[in-house]
Amino acid sequence: MTNTKTLITPASAKRAQILYGVVLIVLGLLIYLLFVRTTEAGVTTTFGLNLANAQAIKVPDLVVPAQATVLAMAAIAIFVGAYQLARGIPSTSTLIGVIAVTFIIAFLTWSAQDKSFSLTGMLSSSLVRATPIALAALCGVISERSAVINIGIEGIMLMAAQVAVVTATVSGNLYVGLVSAIIVGGLVAAFHAYLVIHFKVDQTISSVAINIIGTGTTSFISSRFLQKATDTLNNSGTFPIISIPVLSKIPVLGPVLFENNIIVYLMLLLVVIMNIVIFYTPWGLRTRAVGEHPKAADTLGVNVYLVRYVNVIIGGMIAGLGGAYFTIGSVGRFDEVMTSGKGFIGMAAMIFGKWNPIGAFTSSLIFGFADSLQVKLQILKVPIPSEFLLMAPYIVTMIILTGVVGRAIPPAADGKPYEK
Amino acid sequence: MSETVSPKKTKQEHERSTSLRQELLIPSLAVISGLIIGAIIIAVSGASVVDAYGALFKGSFGSLSEFIAGIKSFTATGDQTELLKAIYPFTESLVAATPYILAGLSVAIGFRCGLFNIGAEGQLLIGSLCAVFVGYSVKSLPAFIHLPLSLLAGAAGGAVWGMVPGYLKARFGAHEVVNTIMMNWIAFRLSDWLLSGPMKSPGFRPVTQNVLATAELPRFFAAPLRFNWGFVIALIVAYGVYWFLFKTTLGFEIRSVGANPDAAKYAGMNIIRNFVFVMALAGGLAGLAGATQVLGVDHWVGQGFSAGYGFDAIALALLGKSHPFGVVLAALLFGFLRSGATDMQSMAGIPIDIISIIQGLIIVFIAAPDIIRWIYRIRTAKKDEMVLTRGWG
Repeated sequence: MTNTKTLITPASAKRAQILYGVVLIVLGLLIYLLFVRTTEAGVTTTFGLNLANAQAIKVPDLVVPAQATVLAMAAIAIFVGAYQLARGIPSTSTLIGVIAVTFIIAFLTWSAQDKSFSLTGMLSSSLVRATPIALAALCGVISERSAVINIGIEGIMLMAAQVAVVTATVSGNLYVGLVSAIIVGGLVAAFHAYLVIHFKVDQTISSVAINIIGTGTTSFISSRFLQKATDTLNNSGTFPIISIPVLSKIPVLGPVLFENNIIVYLMLLLVVIMNIVIFYTPWGLRTRAVGEHPKAADTLGVNVYLVRYVNVIIGGMIAGLGGAYFTIGSVGRFDEVMTSGKGFIGMAAMIFGKWNPIGAFTSSLIFGFADSLQVKLQILKVPIPSEFLLMAPYIVTMIILTGVVGRAIPPAADGKPYEK
Repeated sequence: MSETVSPKKTKQEHERSTSLRQELLIPSLAVISGLIIGAIIIAVSGASVVDAYGALFKGSFGSLSEFIAGIKSFTATGDQTELLKAIYPFTESLVAATPYILAGLSVAIGFRCGLFNIGAEGQLLIGSLCAVFVGYSVKSLPAFIHLPLSLLAGAAGGAVWGMVPGYLKARFGAHEVVNTIMMNWIAFRLSDWLLSGPMKSPGFRPVTQNVLATAELPRFFAAPLRFNWGFVIALIVAYGVYWFLFKTTLGFEIRSVGANPDAAKYAGMNIIRNFVFVMALAGGLAGLAGATQVLGVDHWVGQGFSAGYGFDAIALALLGKSHPFGVVLAALLFGFLRSGATDMQSMAGIPIDIISIIQGLIIVFIAAPDIIRWIYRIRTAKKDEMVLTRGWG
């Protein structure tokens, strides 16, 4: 692996500083030109904080003067940009955060001027849409912590999604579907692990093969069987929403966090468990040792191959859960290539989260937000073609990868096969 | 080393001959194994393997008896129709192979530089859109200017689409695998928008207008045969890529960066420039693939135009061992498979996706030659395995 740090010289750091400063100032000017001048004076934007069917205690909606808010965002962006040019802000994440927050608030205020925009609904759908991305990212975290790259998450999720809906429909029990999806995810990951650990196949190539086989198999089964027998094979229904007593009554947070289906709760639980396992248990220590310096771990008696097999397979099971989300967790039927790049976006979330479960979850939320934003904007009838809004999650992924990856350091042995 | 010179030499020679044989043996066995597993899947799904593969074969090569009958009627009466009908499946396979050759070269040249270009699909789509745009919008030009211009537009569009992830990789270390995939999705959405808005032809369907006759690649035979100069262009380009990679300084640099970037860096080679250049070249080749398809075969672009080419191209580059001539052979194979699979779908009811499964299996077998050696009990010949990708670097 080439060391990317060798590419970042003091001169390029200086250039990056100027680049971010200029980007921020340009952004501020853009906000002014595009949004402030097209926002009518005296108009307000209403951000709804209540959901229609939620059990939460009602709170008054947030009403802000549209023009002043947008103007404030332009000012913040320009100010931070000027500060960055003059003094420099060391944290790239902060800079990206400022870029994102000022733009999004300005954009939302502008697009919802004179209208009402449900902020709680937006946050709630962000979490739901972040769920498969977060599960894909967690799959990546656990296998890459043991130094096995798995880009085949997309293929694993597709296969799991299909198996989940078919088994759930045939058995009439959604939990059967959930368990089958997890098993299938584990099996496919085991295949990947066998190829890259036993046969030392290039990890990226093996993953891509899994993606191709995953897409091919699911499309084959879908067009040969599912489309002819939708009711008996491909119509499972979805998991019900479970409201957690008391907690779901909290305004804003209640409907966002505590009124979800089982897969969302499992995802939240997994983030916590994974963080504990990786950083506070002997197994986690072994995993990280294998990922950083397998030879040293081997010398100390850690079974490198076993650790890698177990971690990759557990990762696959998590991805399988993520696959189940697409069918029995959200629409109740399988469509060809329905994952639409979420597995890969999960990879980006993993990198942005620095191979850390909490970080991966937080960055998944950003992608979930970008994803639900485009849906809400289509509803608001913003004068931007929907195709461009649909590009948003992909563009955000690229920006994040570009801005952050130089500073995110993968496990040292990531992607390298281990030979005794 | 204590070994004497002469036995070592013979050993090397021996190894070279075995490895050459293996280089042909392993891909062939990989293809055969893929087809066998495909047959098992067809059988399990409840269809007849004989019918399916029969339709596949007839759809890709045509039938010999029809060909003989065609020649007889041509020599007897001078009537071409029978003969053309008989060679139709064969030429259709070559037509299908044309974009495969170029897209496969696109991925192969990336592998040579240690870059994994999964974005051939998006690059091909953008290339075809650029080519079709120049093809229908630039009017009253003679064909000898208009046609090359349209082809160039396609290549340029693809090159730009490939250059972006190349630059992000070289400059910021952002992984090209994720970025090329994101560029694919952006390309799909962009094309959805273009086809339903700015580039939509009058009418209901979201397709572009037909290109003008001056931008069409000439065809060799009368309709319905679609065999055209695109195939020849693809072969010439394949030779050009071979010459470039193996006979020029820049090609040597690219291969050095791919084989060992650190060594290349210390030898004074500019890695950043090479990454950007190779991704642009790869994008250009994929864009040209789209351009030949649209100018030679379809003459217009509709939704789902590029479906599957990107992943097929990866399989091709692997199957051809990233060598331009190997890619051409692999592309011919895939062309025959794809073209035959269309018949298999219509005649035997086997979804065309079976080809994707077979291709995925072929990739696995090529990438893990030990599986093939194990199944067929072939002795291992040690040789330098090419480094294909390098983690998140």
